Amino acid sequence: MAENSRVVPETLERYLESTLESVDSAEELAVAVAQRAGLGEDDLMKIGLAVRESMVNAVMHGNRYSSEKKVKLSVRSNAERFTVSIADEGTGFSFESLPDPLAPENLLRTSGRGIFLIRSFMDEFLMRHLESGGTEVTLVKNLVSK
Amino acid sequence: MSVNLSSRQVGDVSVLDVTGRITLGEEGSGKLRKALQDLLKEGRKKILLNLGDVSYIDSSGIGELVSGFTTVTNSGGNLKLLNLNKRVKDLLQITKLYTVFDVHEDEAAAIRSFS
Repeated sequence: MAENSRVVPETLERYLESTLESVDSAEELAVAVAQRAGLGEDDLMKIGLAVRESMVNAVMHGNRYSSEKKVKLSVRSNAERFTVSIADEGTGFSFESLPDPLAPENLLRTSGRGIFLIRSFMDEFLMRHLESGGTEVTLVKNLVSK
Repeated sequence: MSVNLSSRQVGDVSVLDVTGRITLGEEGSGKLRKALQDLLKEGRKKILLNLGDVSYIDSSGIGELVSGFTTVTNSGGNLKLLNLNKRVKDLLQITKLYTVFDVHEDEAAAIRSFS
């Protein structure tokens, strides 16, 4: 690894199967890029968890584990930003209709915290419906340039 | 990338020592669910989850903790947490679950709290 790798822009793109193994792979790939971008351990954990939650949504809720559908993972880093985009080939998913996991009546629900954790851990969280019908989420962590 | 569990009996309290990652899947949160179900089937209703060596937990793992808590409570038992590291504690705090669980840092005190 180059000593000045943290300031070298990096781009990575993968098409992953709709499996839980891909969730692990995506997390590892994204965290490795984030590490090379100079992010610290706490940020690496947050990015890893945000990528994992986004991948689970894409694999489980988007592509519904279909062997015919792929998840596109794009990871980009430069001196200012670390960005991960995850796009599925599903039929679309409405994030707006998600119940608030912090509401007292929802506290003991066994699911529905993934998006909340992503929003909590990343500086930006963007979601868009793709023309092809899938959903793409983009996660951003701002980097402090020295 | 999986979780390992082992249970031991301290008086009438079952201590479940959990190590590794509690994440979505049969090798993660699924294992925790089965271990708790097995304890309940054996009639063990005082359960202390030792999470001291849990390196990572995702929303599925958090959901499994909530599910376990609800299931054990509805069975007339108690599920308590022991030795939360900073990451797990932070996650439970931002999800407002920290005060839902009875959390302990000392095993002996945790065991005594069941009686």
